[in-house]
Amino acid sequence: MKKWFEPLVTAWGGVVTHKLRSFLTILGIVIGVAAVIILMSIGRGAEAQIISNIESMGSNLVIIYPGDVTYRGVRGAGGSAQTLTMEDAEAIAEQVSYISSVAPSYSSNLQLVVGGENMNSQVTGITPEYMKVNNLELADGTFFSEYDYQHGAKVAVIGANVKETLFESANPVGQQIRMGGNIVRVIGVLESKGGMFGSPDDAILIPLTAMQQTVAQPRTAQGERVVSSITLTVSNEEQADYVVEEITNLLRTRHQLSNNEDDDFSIVSMEEIASTVSEAIGTMTLLLGAIAAISLLVGGIGVMNIMLVSVLERTREIGIRKALGARERDIWGQFLIEAAFLTFTGGIIGVIVGWMVSYLVSAMEIMTTVVTADIVILAVSVSVGIGLFFGFYPAWNASRLNPIEALRYE
Amino acid sequence: MIHLQDITKTYPMGKRELTVLNGVNLHIVRGEMVAIMGPSGSGKSTVLNLIGCLDTPTSGSYYLEGREVSHLRRDELAQIRGQKVGFIFQTFNLLPRLSALANVELGLRYAGGSDRKRAMEVLAKIGLSDRANHRPTELSGGEQQRVAIARALVKNPPLILADEPTGNLDSHSGEEVISILTSLHNEQDITMVIITHDQNIAHHCQRIVHLKDGQVVSEETV
Repeated sequence: MKKWFEPLVTAWGGVVTHKLRSFLTILGIVIGVAAVIILMSIGRGAEAQIISNIESMGSNLVIIYPGDVTYRGVRGAGGSAQTLTMEDAEAIAEQVSYISSVAPSYSSNLQLVVGGENMNSQVTGITPEYMKVNNLELADGTFFSEYDYQHGAKVAVIGANVKETLFESANPVGQQIRMGGNIVRVIGVLESKGGMFGSPDDAILIPLTAMQQTVAQPRTAQGERVVSSITLTVSNEEQADYVVEEITNLLRTRHQLSNNEDDDFSIVSMEEIASTVSEAIGTMTLLLGAIAAISLLVGGIGVMNIMLVSVLERTREIGIRKALGARERDIWGQFLIEAAFLTFTGGIIGVIVGWMVSYLVSAMEIMTTVVTADIVILAVSVSVGIGLFFGFYPAWNASRLNPIEALRYE
Repeated sequence: MIHLQDITKTYPMGKRELTVLNGVNLHIVRGEMVAIMGPSGSGKSTVLNLIGCLDTPTSGSYYLEGREVSHLRRDELAQIRGQKVGFIFQTFNLLPRLSALANVELGLRYAGGSDRKRAMEVLAKIGLSDRANHRPTELSGGEQQRVAIARALVKNPPLILADEPTGNLDSHSGEEVISILTSLHNEQDITMVIITHDQNIAHHCQRIVHLKDGQVVSEETV
């Protein structure tokens, strides 16, 4: 028999002698490792889902909002000021490089009536670039043309949720909506995107020119036409920071802000949102993993407990082995391998169980889960590490036993 | 082969010290078969443990095959035990979960690696080949002690130490064990030191050393 092989056989012998005991010890590790994998895969899954949501909105998107109204020292909600204008949007399109399209929009709450249905909803006046900039697709109908825009055609494109609310299952294309004093004809329905804040599913889009006929678009003191936000796409994502900086400078100049004044607008890039969100979720994932790691720690303490019992039980055996010439490293090697074997087996089974549960959670559409190689490697190496760490003390104890006393042990 | 010079051994007993050996001088030549006798508490087992390098003396010198070993490190002592010393115990000390063959093989494990063929050979020599796959609990006391002798013998040690090898056996099994030990001694040039209370066994040896209160009080040549 090969020499390196013998300690493994001895350790295996120790494991199979007490099958139930070994099984329970391994179970502790299995639960710990599986918990780490399941919780971390849920965290990773959430991260992947949110990132893909953001990316579906366009990762090269930059949105400019007006600043806050500050009235007698009281700061109002973000976006409440009327500082952003059509002319700003035109200046940005002309003067800032690495920009592919700029889409200013003006939103207002209007009373909508369709047949007997009556609802108050936000209507957004947009330019033709809006669809492209926001990565929107039509599920049905058409989008308004440049001609419609120039002539202030009273047409609307609506989101999936709006269609559901106003028209239920009927085909909305060609139907009419009474909007304030005007009648607007629905010409298209947006493809549903699901997701988060400002979802296009809730949008009612009409040409900005038509909007101006429906509600009076406010003007600034300089006579510029106020918009609610300016959305633009960056042609080169790597230049997003540069673009944001350029826009900031341009708008500060245009708004005649002195050096000690704050910006009266805010700029948000999707890339920034994505990295902030993914960082936050990463922290959450780690927290989940840390909580699960506590059960792994408890499993490790179980291993230590069992190894201490095992050493005590085999005191006489240790004495015999020492009398036969076993050195200290032979003895602690034997017990350490046994502990590592328990935790390694537990780790492997834990990975399989955790993976299966994660898969089921995904398959049953309870939550999206993603098991990545680093989680698996982490869980297994931590479990083996725990075996070595918690096995070390009992093994060292065993190796230091006095052979004469060990031989006399009853 | 074995040369003990002014060996003392004391154990701490609370605040006081317990002197077990008080200046033991003993010389055993290669191939000799020596019995150690004495009342309990006379220090017989301690002498045997020292000779077998399971323990180290508090003072004095111990030369094993001419080499001073009383101050070696624990791992060096373990190596000497593995290479040179075969122990036989009163209570057999077989591993209960291993078969007779595996127990014999264990005798080689720390002496350079297992060799199943060699283990089987030695088992055959003491007449237990048909019991190779039995566990110790399935064997009689005499058979267990013979397995233990095979385990001590399997690595061909120059020195065999036996601590009351027949103490737990009926007289018939005891006779058997003694005849194995004496025939081993006669066939091979093995040095044997046996602790015993049994005059009958002692008279199979060449020399009897009497211990009392941690000292050699008399020696008689048989």
